[in-house]
Amino acid sequence: MSDHYYAPDHLKAFGTISEGAPELGKKFFEYYSAVFAAGALTEREKALIALAVAHTVQCPYCIDAYTTECLQKGSDIEQMTEAVHVACAIRGGASLVHGMQMKEHAAKVGM
Amino acid sequence: MTSTLSSRRAPLANPIEQLATLDASMTGRATFDEALRGAGWNALTPATLEIFQINLGKLCNMTCRHCHVDAGPDRSDAMMTRETLDACLRALDQTAAHTVDITGGAPELHPEFRYLVDETHKRGKHVIDRCNLSVLLLPRNDGLAEWLGDRDVEIVASLPHYRQRNTDAQRGDGAFEKSIAALRLLNAAGYGQGDPRRMLSLMTNPAGAFLAAPQSSIENEWKTALKRDFGITFDRLLALNNMPISRFLEWLIESNNLDSYMSRLVDGFNPAAIPGVMCRNTISISWDGRLFDCDFNQMLDLDAVTTSSMTIETFDAAAWQQRHVITRAHCFGCTAGAGSSCGGATA
Repeated sequence: MSDHYYAPDHLKAFGTISEGAPELGKKFFEYYSAVFAAGALTEREKALIALAVAHTVQCPYCIDAYTTECLQKGSDIEQMTEAVHVACAIRGGASLVHGMQMKEHAAKVGM
Repeated sequence: MTSTLSSRRAPLANPIEQLATLDASMTGRATFDEALRGAGWNALTPATLEIFQINLGKLCNMTCRHCHVDAGPDRSDAMMTRETLDACLRALDQTAAHTVDITGGAPELHPEFRYLVDETHKRGKHVIDRCNLSVLLLPRNDGLAEWLGDRDVEIVASLPHYRQRNTDAQRGDGAFEKSIAALRLLNAAGYGQGDPRRMLSLMTNPAGAFLAAPQSSIENEWKTALKRDFGITFDRLLALNNMPISRFLEWLIESNNLDSYMSRLVDGFNPAAIPGVMCRNTISISWDGRLFDCDFNQMLDLDAVTTSSMTIETFDAAAWQQRHVITRAHCFGCTAGAGSSCGGATA
């Protein structure tokens, strides 16, 4: 057992998560593969979205995995950094836009 | 600044050391031959011989970090003689190979480069010059682009990326600027504008420990970006994986990426890439006239095994077709992902 959280080897062993619930694991990984296959969006576009989301959910496994995946789909550090900024802007904007609620409530309770 | 393994007398300058390192990295993984068998191939057998790939030597004006040849400015120790070159031409005449692929080092630095181009062009062969671009800017090569165009030579030019960062990271500071200048020179000579007699292909290797992107998915982006940013046009993009040998192997070890890169190659094994790998339709000839299944085997001293031992002087086309390709762990580099050969993706 790892003596710290977020052990890098966990990513390689991710598939073993199915051991406790094989049917659910099978369904999840099949779904996962289908999601990332080329469709209306290219594999590269999906990898960039995944990279941005990985930063939003702050998953170090996903950040490593989708950094490599984006590079292997032909994205470079400039494009990937812009994708992370998209995540950052939405996340920051989501906080800031709640300020509207703050404003309204302050107006309601204030004089 | 990178220097050659050879000049540093680094242990990895010795192919035996490279093979031992590669073998050690494969502990616990399937061998390439096992992967082949799993895909229904008992052995890698030759297809029709189509390409003569002649490596004129290891001399190069650049010292790229990923070079599988360990080429550099100090490598004038390994240069093909005129006698060996003539033997290549005699062997070529025994075959129906349609393409002569000239590589190095920087082949344009070889004193007999123009002789070889002239002789192969006269024979009606498609000639490829594997060009590092910056070599075209050297004063000794003034007018070379036009000269090559007059002989219908296809230029396959190395360019890791259409932006500066990745190109300079792999090929050295200033490499990108020189590459752009050389591409403009090639465009001015009529290259890269859809003329089949002046084909300009760009070849990209990843600047790091990851697989090449599928070339078809990025070609349009490259064309748009190079046109938009620099006014440069080219005909096609080839994407190759880096081979875990020579200086790239050294970089993988030093950056602690060897294990993960080998996993990427082995896990990325793609049976659909096997039929098109270059070792099946190519003969690779070294500066000293030895024969190999591919340029990578050449750099690892893995000589081709034929029923009777032969060099380019004693080349026997029928016996060449009877051999089995020599495979080791590095071969996963050609079958990973979209596949990878001198002609680009194979799957």
